[in-house]
Amino acid sequence: MENEELTEQETALYDRQIRVWGVDAQRRLSKSHILVSGVSGTIIEFCKNIVLAGVGSLTLMDDRMVTVDAISANFLFPPDEDMFRGKSLAEVCCDALKDFNPMVHVSVQKGDLSSFDGDFYDKFSAVVVNCCSLPTKRLINEKCRKRPKRIAFYTLDCRDSCGEIFIDLQNYIYEQKKLDGTVECQLQYPSFETLVELGKLGVNSNLALSCSIPLDLVCESVTESTKEPDLVTLPVHPARYVLIFEESKWIFGCVNFDGVSAPRRSTLRVFLYSPFSCQEAVAVHWSTLPRKVSKVYFGMRDCMSLIRVVIEKFEEAEGRKAGETSIADLPSILKLKKELCQAESFNEYHIPDSLLQRLLMGTMEHPPVCAIIGGILGQEVIKAISGKGDPLKNFFFFDAMDGKGIIEDIGSTNTEPEQP
Amino acid sequence: MEFEQQLEVIKSAKVLMVGAGGIGCELLKTLALSGFQDIHIIDMDTIEVSNLNRQFLFRQSHVGQSKAKVARDAVLRFRPNINITPYHANVKGPEFNIDFFKQFNVVLNGLDNLDARRHVNRLCLAAGVPLVESGTTGFLGQVTVHVKGKTECYECQPKPTPKSYPVCTITSTPSKFVHCIVWAKDLLFAKLFGDKNQGNDLNTRSSDGASSSDNAEDAFERRAGEDSEHYGRRIYDHVFGYNIEMALGNEEAWKNRDRPKPIYSGDVLPEKLSYQNGNVEDCPNGDPSSVSAMASLGLKNPQDIWSLRENTRVFLEAFKLFFGKREKEIGNLIFDKDDQLAVELVTAAANIRAASFGIPLHSLFEAKGIAGNIVHAVATTNAIIAGLIVIEAIKVLRGETNKYRMTYCLEHPARKMLLMPVEPFEPNKSCYVCSETPLSLEVNTRRSKLRDFVDKIVKSKLGMNLPIIMHGSTLLYEVGDDLEEDEVANYTANLEKVLAELPSPVTSGSVLKVEDLQQEFTCNINVKHRENFDKEKEPDGMLLSGWTEIPTPEKENDSSLGKEEIVSTPYQTASLGTENDDLEIIPAGVDIVPGGTKRKLSDISNATTSSSAGVLDVTVNSQKPEVIDDDNDVVVMIDGGNLNANKKKKMLE
Ligand SMILES: [Zn+2]
Repeated sequence: MENEELTEQETALYDRQIRVWGVDAQRRLSKSHILVSGVSGTIIEFCKNIVLAGVGSLTLMDDRMVTVDAISANFLFPPDEDMFRGKSLAEVCCDALKDFNPMVHVSVQKGDLSSFDGDFYDKFSAVVVNCCSLPTKRLINEKCRKRPKRIAFYTLDCRDSCGEIFIDLQNYIYEQKKLDGTVECQLQYPSFETLVELGKLGVNSNLALSCSIPLDLVCESVTESTKEPDLVTLPVHPARYVLIFEESKWIFGCVNFDGVSAPRRSTLRVFLYSPFSCQEAVAVHWSTLPRKVSKVYFGMRDCMSLIRVVIEKFEEAEGRKAGETSIADLPSILKLKKELCQAESFNEYHIPDSLLQRLLMGTMEHPPVCAIIGGILGQEVIKAISGKGDPLKNFFFFDAMDGKGIIEDIGSTNTEPEQP
Repeated sequence: MEFEQQLEVIKSAKVLMVGAGGIGCELLKTLALSGFQDIHIIDMDTIEVSNLNRQFLFRQSHVGQSKAKVARDAVLRFRPNINITPYHANVKGPEFNIDFFKQFNVVLNGLDNLDARRHVNRLCLAAGVPLVESGTTGFLGQVTVHVKGKTECYECQPKPTPKSYPVCTITSTPSKFVHCIVWAKDLLFAKLFGDKNQGNDLNTRSSDGASSSDNAEDAFERRAGEDSEHYGRRIYDHVFGYNIEMALGNEEAWKNRDRPKPIYSGDVLPEKLSYQNGNVEDCPNGDPSSVSAMASLGLKNPQDIWSLRENTRVFLEAFKLFFGKREKEIGNLIFDKDDQLAVELVTAAANIRAASFGIPLHSLFEAKGIAGNIVHAVATTNAIIAGLIVIEAIKVLRGETNKYRMTYCLEHPARKMLLMPVEPFEPNKSCYVCSETPLSLEVNTRRSKLRDFVDKIVKSKLGMNLPIIMHGSTLLYEVGDDLEEDEVANYTANLEKVLAELPSPVTSGSVLKVEDLQQEFTCNINVKHRENFDKEKEPDGMLLSGWTEIPTPEKENDSSLGKEEIVSTPYQTASLGTENDDLEIIPAGVDIVPGGTKRKLSDISNATTSSSAGVLDVTVNSQKPEVIDDDNDVVVMIDGGNLNANKKKKMLE
């Protein structure tokens, strides 16, 4: 760490936050470089937060042209076409963000992030990806991972009242503050790829995760066998199979969302089988879900992810870009859903039309949710860069419907006891 | 559907925001983006440089302007077609009365002090308008909903009162740096530059009586023709040398304590002040507020911890500058954290005193934080809290009473939650604000004056702004612009009388009725005479009691959770964001509550923070039953996967 002092101007401006995270952290922030791909209301909130915090530079990527209602939750530019005619979203936002903090260098990079290679990424301390498909996120995550220097990687999704953040800090070592001093703490983050593999393979003892879920609560039919069941020959394809290896027995069940049965606690190993191909499996987060949270999580996640699969398949078939669907597409999408389900011998009931409709309608971001997700993401990026504070690992999920902001550690292969 | 209905209530709502600061800027933006069309915003403050790192609607060029007005203009730039009405005024002003409050569907607080929060709480109760209250400090924050008769009011649970220190700890036996700061700021600085008519304990030594203080007053007077450096050194030697010397004379006091060391300026700095950075006589920009001892001594980094020698130089230099450049203000100065020279003098004086008592020295940056009660603030927490306020405000507007939540924004996840919703409490049946339960006051009716009662109880404890005090049918005290001269004289005379000698004597068993017409808030106080009070523990010389905490129902036997539930939870709003509350000193040190013990949520308010290492740490045991994600709750999705249908089912009973 270089020991350059903050300027008087910086000390005066950042006074209140230096009191929160200290001078060293502020110095590290001012030397960091952040890349953001894809502009949305939530991303604008995030950018505001890190520009105010005083990062060294912010590079924006989004070549889409600005339209009056491009972004509903935007507070950077006025709804006046003359102000942004012929400019890209990134350019318009860049101009406005510069004004927030003259000490931060804000710039625009043209092009498509997934087409950039290798050393382009080396300039950045953190990369935040938004508004793109799952395969693209995966690709960029892998590119970041292959660089010699660690690049913090984040993805962001907001739809309607829900928002989600994925974090990959790779192998992250930091000083954890304890009551009696600091201890060095190491966190291993799984990549997107690992999560995809996890979903795809389903039965692979290497990916076994220890967790505590009362089996009866998640499964409606439970079968036991000493032999590992062959998933391919299974007669039906419900939304989800749970496969558990417990005390030398394989226990197999299909997920039940009613949750009405007597709790039975035991430590189980959970595997996942997903009815669709590997691509969507990443959205089906399974792992060390503690009992009480898992119940909520299963319910929402599961349908959400299946719906995403349907919408993404639709977008792919129609040659649309991510998020370019609306309620007008509902009939075609419902048709596609039916076809997909039939092809997979999959019970249509598990992809409710009502939720599909809500997500199609709710492509609009919810400004309060943008503020919350953009705030959490800002905090996380600041933590990772400054080395101050415990970073989240590795998913954050917020739904305004229940008001909970939940952290999930998903797909970690190390099963060491969690830090309290 | 859902969203359209929501938009309808939002569009027709009229909301009042109180505060355009850290939370306020974020809130106004999020309200505007969410579709609110009629927003009124009150803030009496003007913009300062240290606001700009988070109050993103403001720019350097706005420094000195009204927060409410600049915030309005900034938001209208991206939402030109909505109505925002700014008020650059104090929310406690008479124009913001019950009728004013009644025009709003909901009031949203983004305030920074307890006093104003209590005031708004009372007006909302009186006007019957729901209140969404909020607060942040560092990474911690919370949002609560207060609807009369449905949820608790802001004052249903007692708020932690500002920390105060026993006088003798400050004057004679400091053991922490904060004691030295209080001494330097409230005693020395006030004595040297403040109102000479104010009482000052600077020369009070609890142990050695008045023997040596006969001619002590003279020591502070500047002698005719005395050079300011000489004068400064004389003061220095008096307070850091002579006074310590005198205190040492009292052997009794140092039996169980380390003896302080007298410090004389001649020993630390034998030579005359010299300057590393040009001529001190230059007054940069000709602006007296930019005068700085650090600048003239060539000290740059406010993070550095100065040596005793450097502190001595800063002290003498700052002293000289006050008399050389700001002489006109002397006699009227009040310590202000934004007054560079004042901060320098107080830092240096506190450090010299700390050196004398063997207490570690601190940097100007740290000293400024302690002296100015500076609240730790970051943009992200404010943004998150503002988002949560809007979510609750929409529920309030839609009348979704059963969905109201208090939400905590945590630094460390509790039960995997970083944002933790909790069901609101019911109103406290013995709350003196929303239930009109009488309070009781123990006081020495033959010694305490009406003034003590007004200052220490009515204003400080009850938070009244324009009080009227009645005993039976006799009006003892009243304030207001419309009083007759003889009334004013009468009330002023009453102030100086002891309670038992008032026109209608207040003695044991008397009931006082205290009323604030603006807040439309009345409370009765049962008086009980008590002869003696512990000077250290009860410095007010009176004890107010009577508003009890909500009895927490024992809901279950906790066996499944209990022990593991040490979570990080923010403390209550009252202690959050008290930037302007000069009485309070943010205590250092971490309060750890052992796991396994049951705690009421109100206990969370007792948690203190540790700010020494930068990041805040609050570790307390949260109350279990009210947390929504109860261990035994089965939260599942039913009804074909509609997200709205998350059903909460308790399996406890
Ligand atoms: Zn109350």
